[in-house]
Amino acid sequence: MENEQLLEVKKLQTYFTLRKWGFLRVGEVKAVDGVDFDLRRGEAVSVVGESGCGKSTLAKTILALEQPTGGQVYFNGKAIDITDKEHLEWYRSQVGYVQQDPYGALPPFMTVRRILEEPMVINGIKDHKERERRIYQVLEDLKMTPVKEFINKFPHMLSGGQQQRVVIARSKILEPSLLVADEPVSMLDPSVRVEILELLRKLQLDYNLGVIYITHDLSTVRYFSERIFVMYGGKLIEKGEVEDILANPSHPYTRALLEAISDPDPENVNTFKKVPPGEPPSLASPPPGCRFHPRCPDFIEGKCEKEVPPEYELGGEHKVSCWLYEKEG
Amino acid sequence: MNTQNDQFRVENLYLSFSTRRGTVQAVEDVTFTMNRGQTMVLVGESGCGKTSLGRAILRLLPRNVQDYRGKVFLNSQDIMKLSREKFRREIRWKKIAMVPQAAMNSLNPVIKVSEQVIEPLIKRGTGRERRKAMEKAREVFQLVGVPQDFLERYPFELSGGMRQRVILAMALITNPDLVILDEPTSALDLLTQANIMNVLKRIKQERGFTFILITHDIATSSELADLAGIMYAGQLVEFSRAYNLFREPFHPYSRKLMASVPSLQEKKELEYLPGQPPSLLEPPQTCRFLDRCPDSFERCEQEPPVIEVKEGHQVKCWLYK
Repeated sequence: MENEQLLEVKKLQTYFTLRKWGFLRVGEVKAVDGVDFDLRRGEAVSVVGESGCGKSTLAKTILALEQPTGGQVYFNGKAIDITDKEHLEWYRSQVGYVQQDPYGALPPFMTVRRILEEPMVINGIKDHKERERRIYQVLEDLKMTPVKEFINKFPHMLSGGQQQRVVIARSKILEPSLLVADEPVSMLDPSVRVEILELLRKLQLDYNLGVIYITHDLSTVRYFSERIFVMYGGKLIEKGEVEDILANPSHPYTRALLEAISDPDPENVNTFKKVPPGEPPSLASPPPGCRFHPRCPDFIEGKCEKEVPPEYELGGEHKVSCWLYEKEG
Repeated sequence: MNTQNDQFRVENLYLSFSTRRGTVQAVEDVTFTMNRGQTMVLVGESGCGKTSLGRAILRLLPRNVQDYRGKVFLNSQDIMKLSREKFRREIRWKKIAMVPQAAMNSLNPVIKVSEQVIEPLIKRGTGRERRKAMEKAREVFQLVGVPQDFLERYPFELSGGMRQRVILAMALITNPDLVILDEPTSALDLLTQANIMNVLKRIKQERGFTFILITHDIATSSELADLAGIMYAGQLVEFSRAYNLFREPFHPYSRKLMASVPSLQEKKELEYLPGQPPSLLEPPQTCRFLDRCPDSFERCEQEPPVIEVKEGHQVKCWLYK
């Protein structure tokens, strides 16, 4: 029954209907449009993209918080059925969700103990001692020691980094095999970010967790995951192992992203960055063909604006959706 | 060598607020000097007082100020000595302008951007003055790279990056001697952020504007910095030319901060700072960094003086005494 693939996502689509006056359908927002990938047991992948590219919707669809309009998510080889209540309950206990804004994600009137107990109560862990044991275990894993000092505090008494640890603890308390972390550190100070990411990494390795790490910050990705998926306009346009993508970015958009990141180097003062013009496409009316073509520096006329590029393999895990690689593919 | 006239200098600036629970010392004994055309970045964690310092320079203070003193020299005039009214008329926005944090979301949604951009220039909204102001607005729009026809648009018709440029135009329209930018790119996407940094860099090179850039993003700040200051718990713990500070930081806090910045080029071990900065409510009379410092020794129980380790490189740490 143990499966090598923890999660398989096949041709996933999540569209939202746009309505006028509450009932007239006037179009769709194609937030996730044909996403394919799989995740091995114990593997961490990063989904990188700008805001509005659909990465949070992808996370929510995987978490079964949104109903996909097409495609399927398989977990441990089983298709996720959002309409089957019992099945959904089981699935939710297997998947943890780390929210972006820790303060918004924690109920202000509950103590840390109550917050961590709640998922266990809902999932029928009745033994009080077992619940207590798990709370202590998970808080120790997250280096919130001495646990006694934190366990009776309310969220507002904790710093941002500590709040985020409670959020992670809560996602971990049911001992899931998959964590979905949606921008887990973007609200935190840079000096705390690294610490939280290292804790997440350690949890992942210690408990052989699969992690989907959603972020817009490419520079932290290398420290955190095995593979990168680059998302643009609702599609994954490049996938590959971290080192492959950082050393050899193949999609023009990935190149632009890497170029745009600053390294802390005082020499930067004298150079300008090459930034593609324009804005990310509206997902309600995405451009035809490749979604990046209006901004692309390597635009091939008569091709890119007509057809959506298929995925070409560049060797190993490295795949790219771009017409530039047609011959090689 | 620049003359005194061209300098912007802050001397022993203090700012504290009185609250019900006691005094919050937001800015304490900050001193630095910069020349015209230079850009200084102020880096620090949230709550370290960097925004308060920016607002203190512009005298944009809340009501509960307890202690506000020091000297701020602009063109060799101590602007702290000016009366409130005189400061408002002559300095604020005319000589020193500011781009506040998240300002792009505070444009008035029902007024055209052109009207909002020319606001600092006009006293009465009619006649020749207005026409001249519009001309000037067109000019600054060109400067920050916003198409001319955007002048007639409303804020909601613009994207985040464009709105940020409009705000920037508003600050530049009076041709100020100093522009304070408070986190100008932190709410923006990566590519847009790089774009805005390009715009700032171009303006700086072409027009020689003087900027103070307040940010927590060290990597991005390196794009613009000539001078750099590191703030910790209300104090300026290190200040020097950016080149020195980025390459060879002296203060233990700066070193840790630099080591926590992830880099794309090289795979380095990242470090982080355990613990939290001290509360600014009645801060300790020791070195503020004492609890988290890896190199602390007995002397750190007393507050360290500011030490000049090299020419123009000041560090507030006992290690270099």
